[in-house]
Amino acid sequence: MLGYTIRRILQMVPVVIGATFIIYALTFLMPGDPVAALTGSRPLPESTVAQIRLAYHLDDPFLVQYGNYMLGLVQGNFGIDFFGRPVLGLILERLPVTFALAMTAWALKMVIGLAIGVYGGLRNGQAGDHFALVFTVIFLGIPGFVIALGAQTVFGVQLGWVDPAGIRAGWPLAFILPALVMAIEASAGLARLTRTSLVDVLRAEYLRTARAKGLSPRRVIWGHALRNAMIPVVTYLGLSLAGMLGGAVIIEAIFNIPGIGGLMVAAINNKEGTVVVGIATMLVLVYLLFNLFVDLLYGIIDPRVRI
Amino acid sequence: MSTTNPQNRAGEPADEVLLRVRDLEVEFNTSKGVATAVNGMNFEVRRGQALGILGESGSGKSVTARAIMGILDMPPAHIPRGEILLEGEDLLTITPRRHRQLVGSRVSMVFQDALTALNPVHPVGRQIGELYRVHRGYSRRDAKAAAIKMMDKVRIPAAASRVNDYPHQFSGGMRQRIVIAMALALDPVLLIADEPTTALDVTVQAQILELLKEQQEERNMGLILITHDISVVREVTDQVAVMYAGRIVEHGPTAEVLSRPGHPYSRGLAASIAGEELKGHRLPAIPGTPPDLLNLPVGCSFANRCPFGTAECLTAIPALESIDEARHSACFQTREVLAHAHA
Amino acid sequence: MSQNTETNQATEPVADPLAPTNPITAPAGIGVPAPAAGLARRRPATKRSRGPVWLKPRFLISGSIVAVMLLMAAFPQLFAGFGSDPTANCDILKTNQPPSAEHLFGVDIQGCDYYTNVVYGARASILVGIVVTAISFVISAILGSLAGFFGGWVDTIISRACDMAFGLPFILAAIVVLQLFSQRTVWTVIFALALFSWPGGVRFMRSSVMEVRNREYVQASRLLGASNGRIIAKHIIPNSLTPLLVLQTLGIGGVISAEAGLTFIGIGLTPPSVSWGLQLAAAREYISAAPHLLVFPAIFLTITVLGFVLFGEAMRDEFDPKGK
Repeated sequence: MLGYTIRRILQMVPVVIGATFIIYALTFLMPGDPVAALTGSRPLPESTVAQIRLAYHLDDPFLVQYGNYMLGLVQGNFGIDFFGRPVLGLILERLPVTFALAMTAWALKMVIGLAIGVYGGLRNGQAGDHFALVFTVIFLGIPGFVIALGAQTVFGVQLGWVDPAGIRAGWPLAFILPALVMAIEASAGLARLTRTSLVDVLRAEYLRTARAKGLSPRRVIWGHALRNAMIPVVTYLGLSLAGMLGGAVIIEAIFNIPGIGGLMVAAINNKEGTVVVGIATMLVLVYLLFNLFVDLLYGIIDPRVRI
Repeated sequence: MSTTNPQNRAGEPADEVLLRVRDLEVEFNTSKGVATAVNGMNFEVRRGQALGILGESGSGKSVTARAIMGILDMPPAHIPRGEILLEGEDLLTITPRRHRQLVGSRVSMVFQDALTALNPVHPVGRQIGELYRVHRGYSRRDAKAAAIKMMDKVRIPAAASRVNDYPHQFSGGMRQRIVIAMALALDPVLLIADEPTTALDVTVQAQILELLKEQQEERNMGLILITHDISVVREVTDQVAVMYAGRIVEHGPTAEVLSRPGHPYSRGLAASIAGEELKGHRLPAIPGTPPDLLNLPVGCSFANRCPFGTAECLTAIPALESIDEARHSACFQTREVLAHAHA
Repeated sequence: MSQNTETNQATEPVADPLAPTNPITAPAGIGVPAPAAGLARRRPATKRSRGPVWLKPRFLISGSIVAVMLLMAAFPQLFAGFGSDPTANCDILKTNQPPSAEHLFGVDIQGCDYYTNVVYGARASILVGIVVTAISFVISAILGSLAGFFGGWVDTIISRACDMAFGLPFILAAIVVLQLFSQRTVWTVIFALALFSWPGGVRFMRSSVMEVRNREYVQASRLLGASNGRIIAKHIIPNSLTPLLVLQTLGIGGVISAEAGLTFIGIGLTPPSVSWGLQLAAAREYISAAPHLLVFPAIFLTITVLGFVLFGEAMRDEFDPKGK
């Protein structure tokens, strides 16, 4: 287990380097002069500009800049933005908000998706199953931000149940609506996968064995079917947790939630490359760590996968 | 249906009848119509008796076993007619609760492919122990101890240290032993083995058959051995029922049926076994294919492939009739078939 | 997951050991008992309806939605009236007027007929959805086949590239790329979305090609001296490409949805493009004064995405039963 974990972490290194390189290169190519974006309409004195360019190594060749950045990253230094604030601090300030949103959405999605999926799977081919299927198609077919807009209009503006903008109410009240919107969109895939997996498992020979042992239907399902059905579901759930962090960006923009997404959009508009790269690196790291965690969990839930 | 109780009339010791299947029919609803998989089965199994059910794929032998165990998927299967009496109780009409009490403890089953029959995510000890926990209310610890004992009994080496292993960690033969341990755990009076050796290597097959035979004799159980393999039937069983297209076409003591078949189909089966005298010759085969279960013929199902067929065979279904002491055959030409065998 | 496929065969002994010596069991034609009974247990009877695929209700409904939307994207004049133009006959005095007999969908902020605008908005969404999917399909097919067929270092390079692209959350990467451009047209958005849309398809294609390549009949034809080109043309493409196409079809709705979402938060298309995302973004400021500005593009967008999703699913159920 330990060996496997170490091997996996080592495998992650080139992926991190490659992914950050792509992001860094893209940011480097961004049009516009970062210093000009910083100063706005009033031009800075020539000497100050040169000073800034020197301080931020803006005149170095691209690869040198990237190399310097990666060196700092290894030491836990994400660099500083144009106002001299450490990027790591900026990210860590916003990350909890995005995390709270993503986790809430993920938990809601798990409840909704598993409930619909297990229900549909157990009622395979019956009216209840078709009903569940219709639900998932609708969830899948309506773009998430349309649901978000609708929910915001109805519950925020018309009914006034929730603050349509901002998170002043704090967790969980202010997060419920955006999280629910994210969850509804994402739960369709989960529900489908759960249903399919359960239907497959219910046909498995070992469930026949379980019935031949004289077990009650409840024991057959809870004791034998569900754990097997959950094997692909767990993988999906883990991967989707990381994906939710990305999806949170759009929802944050709609609901004015001051998370990573907002920070990122602002940084892009200000041409603050270090912040953009910092966020992207952080998200890539989180994403890969989740994947690793899922793989380890997979080994626990499915004994055939020995790691 | 008195014809199906050969031993009674034969005056053999009136051993306790464990299982009596009467007029059993099983149908499957398919998109193309209703397929009759089992079409009027009659047989019984006594304590200490080993009955082989011999037939090719689709003859209805596995479906019969599943009907007895109550593990057919219904729908699409349904049982329009018949009785399955286990020690006098009709498994088809008792409450689901009572059914669950009997299945797994009084009657149990060994499956064909142990790898798919065992739950991949539970340790084998837990799967065996589950029977003790559910049927006898054992504690977790007692169930585990009992499972180890059972694993010992089916001769799994180092049972105590392997009790927490998962099915995929065992070899094919060992897995089949675990399935047998599960089936024998609660001392059933009747054991159904559905192609227990088909998925195994030839050398392992012999060991598993030996284990089954030994356990059956030791426990004085009834055994139903379902197979398409004549040599398996010959080795293990004392009675054999040959099935074709959902019916028993011949029934009797194994040695006699195989050496002197009374039904053209059994004759064909027996002849298709390679033997010393056939060396260098083409193996005789039965021409044609089995009938479509969706459209069973009006007459004898075997008529279209039968070398002895007459006009009568195409219009009427021959009943299973006594031809000999303790022997039955469902053929209008049985005498002739037997005569051929002598020649 | 592998046990699922194995149980398929467990209902009856598939490889009947009698078979080699005993032809009774050998010729398993149609309507032979064993498969019939086996199938019966696997599938409810209603699943198999006869008749042409495109006459099934799901295909008919989703297919007509897709067809109408494609037509609307290609020839918006057909729907909005010939000679019409989203910016024609605008009357700023009528700004934000609610729906009326003259203007079915009302009037937008600039006083233009909203129905015409919404109809013309279809083009951007559908173009993005289809072109991005097509690019992703081509890349996936080529890279996936190369990796799966040749293995070795080709596979290593392509797989590592996939890992890296997978390491970036899709929306995040698209946002970064989109920011490279200050004027963003449909083609910019297509470029940004297509740039990171392929890793899933490549992996799918790779494993599917590997599976086909290792099948015994392919190995056999290789031993018989078939060239790589012949094997690819005769075996790999027919067996792997259809499932990939079906998989990609399923993604069209998602791409359309992503484009509209990105545009909506101001990172996608910019004016003067006409798109539902832009209309929704503009309508947001007048949410209480002119709700019709929000409702109509939202309905069109939803119907389009739903149509493509349903169509993709109908395709998958028909051509790739494994993927269910």
